[in-house]
Parts: sequence; C-alpha cells; structure tokens
Amino acid sequence: MSAASAAPGSPSTPTSSVTPPAPIAPATRAEYAVLACAEVWRGAGEVLASPMGTVPSIGARLARLTFSPELLLTNGEALLIGDTPAVGARSEATEGWLPYRQHLALVATGRRHVMMGASQIDRFGNQNISCIGDWSRPARQLLGVRGAPANTVNNPTSYWIPRHSPRTFVERVDMVCGVGYDRAAAAGPSATRFHRLPDVVSDLGVFDFATPDRTMRLRSLHPGVTVEQVRQATGFELVVPARVPFTREPTAAELRLIREVIDPRGLRDREVRT
Amino acid sequence: MSADEAVGRLASGMTIGIGGWGSRRKPMALVRALLRSELTDLTVVAYGGPDVGLLAAAGRIRRLIAPFATLDSIPLEPHFRAARQRGTLELTELDEAMFMWGLTAAGQRLPFMPVRAGLGSDVLRVNPQLRTVTSPYEDGEELVAVPALRLDAALVHLHRADAQGNGQYLGPDPYFDDLFCEAADAAYLSCEQIVDGAELTSAGGPQSLLVKRPFVTGVVAAPNGAHFTSCDPDYGRDEAFQRAYASAAADPEEWAAFVKRFLSGDERDYQAAVAAFHEREKSTEEKGAKGVGA
Repeated sequence: MSAASAAPGSPSTPTSSVTPPAPIAPATRAEYAVLACAEVWRGAGEVLASPMGTVPSIGARLARLTFSPELLLTNGEALLIGDTPAVGARSEATEGWLPYRQHLALVATGRRHVMMGASQIDRFGNQNISCIGDWSRPARQLLGVRGAPANTVNNPTSYWIPRHSPRTFVERVDMVCGVGYDRAAAAGPSATRFHRLPDVVSDLGVFDFATPDRTMRLRSLHPGVTVEQVRQATGFELVVPARVPFTREPTAAELRLIREVIDPRGLRDREVRT
Repeated sequence: MSADEAVGRLASGMTIGIGGWGSRRKPMALVRALLRSELTDLTVVAYGGPDVGLLAAAGRIRRLIAPFATLDSIPLEPHFRAARQRGTLELTELDEAMFMWGLTAAGQRLPFMPVRAGLGSDVLRVNPQLRTVTSPYEDGEELVAVPALRLDAALVHLHRADAQGNGQYLGPDPYFDDLFCEAADAAYLSCEQIVDGAELTSAGGPQSLLVKRPFVTGVVAAPNGAHFTSCDPDYGRDEAFQRAYASAAADPEEWAAFVKRFLSGDERDYQAAVAAFHEREKSTEEKGAKGVGA
C-alpha cells in the first residue's frame, strides 16, 4: 500500500515572500546526470529503487522526494529506510527489513527497478562487470557476474555510466552478465517475459532501445554535449534520430534539493567531471 | 572444540562452504586454522571475500564456486583477482540468486531448483554443465535448473551459540549461514561467545536463533573470530587492517612480510599481532597530529 500523502520529505516548505530568492547557479553536467537518473524511476510505482553509484543514489532520492514518493530505498545494507537522508548520511527511520536473501527473492517478484553500472555495454544492452578479456584467463578480473543475470530477466534494469567512452560502449562485451535484447530474444520466451532495459544514462546523455531492432538510440543530450561528441565516444554505431532533444532542465526546487538536501557535500562532482 | 580440532575433521579435496558475504561475518578464525593445516585441493563455495583471497593466495583452492569475491569497501579482492589473471583458479561463476537456490536445493535434498536467473547470460556459456528444465505445466516455460550445491562441510561464524550448536545472529543480516549448515554433511560453527540457552533467548528474539543444533557438528568459541571482516553489532569491519591486507596483497614481497607478521602463529598470536598493528597505527597518528601542531 502506498502512503503518498504522508510521503517523506514532501516539498511543502512555503517560499518566503519577504526576501527575493538568490539567483540560482545553472545546472552542472553532474546535475543533469542526476536528473536523468531520477527520471528512470518516474512512474515506477511502489517498487524498490536500487541505485548503484553516487549519481544514481542522488537521483533515486530526488525521485522519492519529488515525483515518485512511493519508492522504497535501502540503507545499502539490510534495512528499508523510512526517511530520505543525504547520500552518505545515516538514516534515522526504518520502514522494513531486506536482508540479502529477501533482496535476491524480491528481484524475482519484479517489484524493483535497478540501475547498475557497466564496465562494458553493447548496442543491444548486454552488460559486463565480470572480467575483461577471455573469461578462462582474464586480462583483468573485475567484480564477477554478481546479480546481473537475475536482475535483467526479472526486473527493469537501467544503466549508469559515468564516463562515456569507446572502451565502455563496445561492439561486443567480453562476458554477458546483464542480458541485452538480442540475447534475451535468442534465449526464448522465459528470458524475454520480464526483460526490460528502460534507460542508459551517461555523463553525455540519455539512451534507450526504442528502435525496431532494439539497438541503442540516443534519446537526449545533456546541454553542452554534441551528437558528434557522443558518436566519437561510442564504440558502435548508435541510432541517432533526425532531431535530438536536450535532457530537460531541472526545476529550481529540484536543484535546491540536490544541492542542499541530498548532496550538500557535492559527491556528484567526484563521479562526473564538469 | 577448538578451531584446529574442527579443521582436523576436514580432508583435502573436500567441498567446503564458507558463510558470511563479501567482507562481512566471515568465519576467519576457522579460515586461519585451515591455513595452518596441510589441507589443499579444496572446492570452496562462498559469497567470496577475504576467506577466498587468503585460501587462494596460499594455493589451497582447486575450484571456486562463487558469484563474486569482494572486500566491499574495496571492490575487488586482490588475491582472487591475481589468481584469476594467473589462470591458477578454476571457477564456477554463478549469479547470486542461482547460488542461493543451489544451497537451498542442497538443504532440501533436491537435485536442482528452477530459476529464471542465468537465461540469456554467459553464465550458461562458461558453465556448460548447467542444464535447463521445461515446466511440465501449461506455461511450458524453459528455466535454468540450478544444481544443488551439496557441501562436505560448512564453516560459519555467528555472534552467540550454546554448546549444543544452536546459533544466534545479532546483526542486521543473517546472510545464508543457516542454508550453508543445512547443505553440508558437517558444519562447524564459530561464535564470539558460547552462552547457555537462557542467555541466548534474552539476547535477541526467537527469530535471531538462526542455526539449529541438528545441523551443527562442532561449536568453536572464537572471540573476534570474524576479524577483519564485520561482525556488527559486536564490532565493525577493521578498515585500517583491511587496507593493509589489500596493499600487501599487491606485492609478493610485502605479502610474504604480511604472512610472517600475522599468519605464522596461532590465533592468539594473530590477535596479538593485530593489537600491535593498531597500537602502531595509533602512535603514528599521534606523531602525525603533533607534527601538524608544531
């Protein structure tokens, strides 16, 4: 059951009419990225938002404090938090218990939208976090598959890539951990039944798979970025529509939440260089 | 029983499950006892952390069955990484949920559990022994049949236990320690403190009694026995020591010195060396602070 009316941190603070508000500094690249990550959870419903990385964590909190108050969030361990503290700050309220065994089982219920990272991602959205090179003796061992195989065939999975480069956006990933559209289709109806990759957000723009052959498409550019820049940073041929919009501007209220409430220490700038 | 007695019941070539998760509540005193033994050629089954790293560095693991090996606050387990890149570690790489259902199947005496996890991924490519199963019902779904992860022995560390083997966790997460014990032919449970039954029920609610005595072969008192992994609320992860571990692991000479300093004696020697490590850290910090003031 959702208690949207009693949502934590509803932005209900009245604005003072006495002192005129100070002019707001324009949004930085990191803040566009935060906003784009937050948008991933718009309309997600009463599900667990599982952000991996600093910018998605700020984005999930922003979504919960604004347009998606019904989202669930964890403290990064076994507790569902009842408040929405700043990133890195301690939660003071608990609304539920989610130890690893329940978290893994929750994935299969589908009531979760995860935003994972990727060491490599290809045009169909196959993702690799396990190792670089030949799996049998990798040139670089990375994290291992972790929960990526289960995530991608059970609940919506989006990706966050803080440094868009041809080394990350590759023609083929070395090890398919997160399942992309082509591999899900080849594996059959049990793989495609709950498979959905809504968004890929990078420091340059927002991407999706809304194309006839389910290959990656440029959906919006963060202001200050050009199509050519994205093309050069992508190791495969990206679908680019005739007209590409910019990622939407954050509202003044959203900027204030990011800067003063959710990330007052500016951790977002360590993940995305302006 | 002592940690050395518990490890004395194991044999080379066995399949050993190790509880905890990453660098959290690992039965490190039992792992250190294993390192003091001659046991080798092991198949280790774990949500891997420094347990996997230490055993891999000592060349005791023939095959690892795991979805990852991490130190949590340090994303990559350095010894695991090195062993993989040298090609000296056979790996059965499973998804985290596949692993859980494999342990569950073993405890339930089932040959496999059907899961969606793994379909379409390279987990099936790198594990050609994995099979799918077709639902006998109308849906006809084809799912992955995760084989039971049956264990010869399990090693777990909990906060409290009674002498009969009833084990209690007091932290936020049970991890999978009960499943490891149920999946094993023999389980050795180390704990911070052995207490009597009345104390167990006063320390936490009945739902904190995680492991039941039929599934435990031996109980070992091992204070600070999860060190340097976390054992909240008794103690958190020893981050300074973990950093020292990870930095030593990056260099063979430094690693040899680390082993000599911390892992060449028994558990009491280890705990004393850790205390000395922190004394030294503290005095270095104080000197540093004085330096700034002057």
